[in-house]
Amino acid sequence: MATVTFDKATRVYPGTERPAVDQLDLHIEDGEFLVLVGPSGCGKSTSLRMLAGLEDVNGGAILIGDRDVTDVQPKDRDIAMVFQNYALYPHMSVADNMGFALKIAGTPKAEIRQRVEEAAKILDLTEYLDRKPKALSGGQRQRVAMGRAIVRQPQVFLMDEPLSNLDAKLRVQTRTQIASLQRRLGVTTVYVTHDQTEALTMGDRIAVLSAGVLQQVGTPREMYDKPANVFVAGFIGSPAMNIGTFDVTDGKAQVGGASITLDRAVADGITPADGGRVTLGFRPESLDVVSSGSEGAFEVDVTLVEELGSDAFVYGTLKNGGDLHAGDSNQVIVRIDPRNVPDKGDTISVTIKPEQTHAFSAATGERLG
Amino acid sequence: MDWLLHAGDDPVHKLLLMVFAIGLFVALMAVILFVVDRPRNPSRWFVGFGFTGIALLLLLAGLVYPAVRTIWTSFLFRNSGDFVGLDNYVRAFTEPKFLIVLGNTALWVLVAPIVATFLGLVYAYLVDRSRFEKFAKGLVFLPMAISMVGASIIWKFVYEFKPQGVDQTGLLNQFMVWIGGEPQQWLLHRPLNTFLIMVVFVWIQTGFAMTLLSASIKAIPTDIVEAARLDGLSGFGMFWRITIPSIRPALVVVLTTIAMTTLKTFDIVRTMTAGQFDTSIVALEFYDQGFRQNDAGMAAALAVLLFVIVVPVVVYNVRQQRKVEEIR
Repeated sequence: MATVTFDKATRVYPGTERPAVDQLDLHIEDGEFLVLVGPSGCGKSTSLRMLAGLEDVNGGAILIGDRDVTDVQPKDRDIAMVFQNYALYPHMSVADNMGFALKIAGTPKAEIRQRVEEAAKILDLTEYLDRKPKALSGGQRQRVAMGRAIVRQPQVFLMDEPLSNLDAKLRVQTRTQIASLQRRLGVTTVYVTHDQTEALTMGDRIAVLSAGVLQQVGTPREMYDKPANVFVAGFIGSPAMNIGTFDVTDGKAQVGGASITLDRAVADGITPADGGRVTLGFRPESLDVVSSGSEGAFEVDVTLVEELGSDAFVYGTLKNGGDLHAGDSNQVIVRIDPRNVPDKGDTISVTIKPEQTHAFSAATGERLG
Repeated sequence: MDWLLHAGDDPVHKLLLMVFAIGLFVALMAVILFVVDRPRNPSRWFVGFGFTGIALLLLLAGLVYPAVRTIWTSFLFRNSGDFVGLDNYVRAFTEPKFLIVLGNTALWVLVAPIVATFLGLVYAYLVDRSRFEKFAKGLVFLPMAISMVGASIIWKFVYEFKPQGVDQTGLLNQFMVWIGGEPQQWLLHRPLNTFLIMVVFVWIQTGFAMTLLSASIKAIPTDIVEAARLDGLSGFGMFWRITIPSIRPALVVVLTTIAMTTLKTFDIVRTMTAGQFDTSIVALEFYDQGFRQNDAGMAAALAVLLFVIVVPVVVYNVRQQRKVEEIR
């Protein structure tokens, strides 16, 4: 068991100007499950591959425990990796796949067999040990890939989107299995995904990357409640947070027809560079439907209602102008009582629940207050 | 009719004949398509025969009939019609001359494909992802573009002999002189001459093996190679435990394909020695027997033998290809 430390680790691909991973500083505790998450091309897989030794480190250092592994061969780093496409050896049986690293390392046959059988039992693969990967289902192959990592008993598990080739139902099921397996084995794990739901549900802590730069690290709760900047705010949470930039007059933001009083700390944080504007964000569940004309209420034209049984979401546009939208959509999302849904074309009035507004600098996108 | 059969030297006449032949082909296809398309609910047999019928007839006339004829001829004495049973085969397996031919052929089939495939594989692996890959591969592939006869002539110059004291024109003998040896008559003595002739074949076929195997090596998923690196493999271990098993199907196909080409090789030996000095192989010998010794019976027997040797290789080839499809 060991900690993992990225110390200003940088990767610049030959022939490119911008680093794929830019001065990554990250410390992962012993036994921790850390999820690297971000949109595609953000450098999360590159970071993982740097830790694995499959990618050169052009600047900074990477430590496993107290040992600097920056220039150590992949096989000598005492890590095991689960690949997105599993990377099973097609010409070997499941048992040989799982025991291959040990075989290369010269472990006695009896011990290999015992360790493979133990791992197979944990993963429910015992009856498939003699099969070739081709004769397995996607879920079983995924478990073999996990087994191959477990058998090595490494200091660190590296997982590169291991669930992305499974169907939705199996993904949810395997998600919990991997998380509980990791807690049971207590092995430090770095897990890469682009799916923020996976990140929130599995990680002890989450690290959000964008364009090769670390945006924020924290527990799922921290990431959700206190996003450090507009990017994290928009990325974490499903459905996404409503975010818009509004004019501020006398310490009040003008959202639609409403004036929303900003916190003192937020108002003080606005600089001349922001040009008298502030970026506000509020999650769909932070909005209450009220009767029209209530204080601080703004109106939303309903374009679509999505009913999910336990929840219902209204998708609409902000009335009286103003650019307010959730994620990549151009719509405002409001969570409403599923027993009392408006019709398409209606107009509803909503207020923001107290203390649930996130304010960011209009210029830098950093959190205010 | 005469206008159709004898064009003479008149280019215009020839051209018109060609246009006529193409027109005939198109017309025939049109008739077939028209007829097959005619009935409302044609039976599957009717449609199937409509499309393949002509091809089948031609195959029957061009392949099956000659095969049967050849097998029949192999039981006849020389160019006569006298039936002699298995005499030709007995001769092929007892007369020293033919035993040498069969022995040479066995040597060819065993050595040439393995050497060509091995060299192609090693070359493909070494050159893979290097800076000069394209250029290096082009070099090895070039001989493929040279005809067997052309290649043989090139190599005949390499093996060229001039008596000691005279300036050598043969590359190999010049080397011999440089290192202080005597120039040799390379193609005179068995079995060295057979191996030296094989070099020409290997020179050509290595490019073929290299191209196919290189493509196959490139098709190995990168994540498998990376997983193997994490598992502790590198260098020869990677080659032996990951690369070879991954390209095994392609290896088998290349090996058997070259083996079949080997069995059919004729022109190299014909050009280099014309089968003299005990270098003849079956594919050359049956031509010799048939057209130079006027022994159609013996020629047919050798052809049948060649066929019998090729069949297992083809069967193995096809089986391996099917197996590959199962794994994929």
